[in-house]
Amino acid sequence: MRTVVVTGVGRYLGARVAARLARDPTVGRVIGVDAAPTPGLDVAAGADVLEDLAAVEFVRADLRAAEIASVIADAGADTVVHLAVVASPEAVGGRAAMKELNIIGTMQLLAACQQAPTVRKLVVRSSTAAYGASFRDPAVFTEDTEPREVPRGGFARDILDIEGYVRGFCRRRPDVMATVLRFVPFVGRHADTRLTRYFSQPVVPTVLGRDPRLQFVHVEDALEVLHRSVIEDHPGTYNVAGPGVLLLSQAIRRAGRVAVPVPEFALSAAATLIPGFSYDQVDLFVHGRVVDVSRLIGEYRFTPRPTAEAFDEFARAHRPDALLAPDRVRAAEATLRDSVRLLRLAGQWARRRASGGGADQVREA
Amino acid sequence: MLVRDEWDTRIASVLALLRRRLTGEYEVDEFGFDRELTDEVIYPALRVLYRHWFRVEVFNVEHLPATGSALVVANHAGTIPVDGLMLSLAVHDEHPAHRHLRLLGADLVFRTPIVSEFSRKLGVTLACHPDAERLLGAGELVGVFPEGFKGVGKPYWQRYHLQRFGRGGFVSAALKTKAPIVPVSIVGSEEIYPLLGNIKPLARLLGTPYFPVTPTFPWLGPLGAVPLPSKWLIEFGEPIDPTPWVDRADDPMVVFNLTDQVREVIQTTLHRLLTRRPDPFGD
Repeated sequence: MRTVVVTGVGRYLGARVAARLARDPTVGRVIGVDAAPTPGLDVAAGADVLEDLAAVEFVRADLRAAEIASVIADAGADTVVHLAVVASPEAVGGRAAMKELNIIGTMQLLAACQQAPTVRKLVVRSSTAAYGASFRDPAVFTEDTEPREVPRGGFARDILDIEGYVRGFCRRRPDVMATVLRFVPFVGRHADTRLTRYFSQPVVPTVLGRDPRLQFVHVEDALEVLHRSVIEDHPGTYNVAGPGVLLLSQAIRRAGRVAVPVPEFALSAAATLIPGFSYDQVDLFVHGRVVDVSRLIGEYRFTPRPTAEAFDEFARAHRPDALLAPDRVRAAEATLRDSVRLLRLAGQWARRRASGGGADQVREA
Repeated sequence: MLVRDEWDTRIASVLALLRRRLTGEYEVDEFGFDRELTDEVIYPALRVLYRHWFRVEVFNVEHLPATGSALVVANHAGTIPVDGLMLSLAVHDEHPAHRHLRLLGADLVFRTPIVSEFSRKLGVTLACHPDAERLLGAGELVGVFPEGFKGVGKPYWQRYHLQRFGRGGFVSAALKTKAPIVPVSIVGSEEIYPLLGNIKPLARLLGTPYFPVTPTFPWLGPLGAVPLPSKWLIEFGEPIDPTPWVDRADDPMVVFNLTDQVREVIQTTLHRLLTRRPDPFGD
C-alpha cells in the first residue's frame, strides 16, 4: 500500500488530488500538507469531495521550513506529489511570497526527499511556461525543446528553477522515479484561475496586432493525469494539454466577450504597475504557446479532452451575462436573413405591380 | 409565395459565415492556420490582384503531388514578399487538388505585430527545422524562399539574379522527411516595387533588414505601397526525388550539392521565362 504526501492541499488542485487518492483502494495513506489551516481544505476542494477528504490526514506545515522533512520521515512516505507551485502572486500575497514558496518550498521539499530513503516516486506540477517566449520559437513545443532565452515572467523563471532542482535531485537520487508534468492553463466549470477570471470580464484586453494560439486542459483531465502518475509508473517529463488550439480572439468570441486591443508597450507597463497582471500574461498573449501531447497520450494511454471542448464547457458555465452570446448572435442572424428576404420580396412585388404584373419578372428576379 | 433564389442562398451563406466568425465556431490548426478565413476572405481578396493586376500565368502545376508532402522552393523578390501570397494562390487555384501551401517565414514576420497575426492565419510558420519537419511529416505542401531577405531586398539592377541559398536547411528537412523538392521560378515579382536604394540608418532604427527607396516610395507616401502592374509567370519544375540521399541528411556535401542543383534549375528557368516575357508590363 502506498503512502502519499501531497503538498499544496490548501488549494483547489491539491485538495482534489488528495481527495481522489484517498478514494483509491490501492493507496494506503494520504497525507496532505499546507501552510494554511485545515478549514481551507474543504473550501478549496468543493462540497462533492468532502467525504473523501475526511480520509486525508492533514498536516499543517510550511514548506519553506525544514519541518517538511519530519513529515515525510514520520509517515515513511514512498510517494511525494508536489503541487504547492503557485502561478500568480495574488493567491499568496505578492510576488516575493510567491517566489519564496515556489523556489524555497521546492528546495526544502527536495532536500527532505533526498534524506528520506523510503521515497521512491516524485510527481511535480510544472508548467509549459518552461518553454519561455521568443519570436524564434517553433510553433509546437515538444518536451525536448529548450527555451531560447530566460523568460522575463516571474512564474516562468520559477518554473525553470523548479525543474532545474528536480533534475539535480534526480542525479543525486537516481533510485527515485520522477514525473514532471508541464500543464497548460486549467479550465473547467468551477476552476478559478487568473485566466478564467480574465475570460469572465465583459471586455477583455488583448495585445494589438497579436492573436496568440492557446491551449487549455480540463481540470478533471489534469486530475486524472496526476492520479495516474501516482498509481502507475511514468517517469519523465510530459506536456499536459488538450489537443488542438484556440486563438485568443476565438476563445474570447466563444466566451461571448469583447476584445479590446491594447498596444504591447502599454500592457508591459501595466504589468509592472498593476497588481494581478504580469509579464507572464503579456508574453503568453504576444507569443501564444502550443505543445505536443503525443508523448503523454502514448505513455499514459489517455487523451485529455480537446482544448476547444474544455474551453466551451467553461464558457457555457460563464456565458449567461455575455454580450455576444452565441444564441443572441444566431437570433440576430436569423432576423437579418429574414428581413433581407422580406425586403427583396417586397421589392419584387412592387416592381411587378409597376410593370403591370407577370410571372416572368418574378422568375427573372 | 416565398421563392428561394440564388441571392437568398448567397446572403444566407454570408450571414452564416459572419455568425461563425463572431461566435468563434471555426477551427485553426496547431500552427494557427485558419482555413475558413483563408478560403473565404483572404484568397478572394488576393484573387483580384492575382487575375487582374498581375495577370499571373502558371505552367506545369501538375508537378505538385495531389497528396502527400512536398517542399516547394522558389526565388524571392519584390521588396515586399507579395510573391509568397501569389504562389500560395497559384497552388490553391490552379492545382486540381486545391491544396494549401504552407509557407515558412523569417522571424521578422513573427516579430512584427499585425503581420504576424495575418501570416499565421494564412498558414505561414517560422522557418526552422522543427516546424518544417512537422508540416512535411504531416503530409503538407511546404513553401520556402531560401534566399530570404537577400532576395526580397536586392536592388533592381540585380533582378532575377539568384542570391545565396542560405545554409541549405530546407534540403536537409526534405531529406529527413523523404519529401520531394519542387523548384519554382517566379517572374514578375522583381518589378512590383523596383528597389533603387536602401536608407541603412533608417533600417537600423526600425530594426528592418532594409529601408526601401523605390520610384514611388517614400515620395508618394502611402501611394508608394501600390505595386506596379507587372506581368507574372510562375513555372513549377520537375520534382527532385530525395530517395537516393535520404539516409545522408546530415552529410553537408550531399546537402550543398542538392541545394546547388535546385538553385540552378530555378535560375535557368528564370532566364528562359524572361525571354518569353520581353516587356515586364505587357500582357
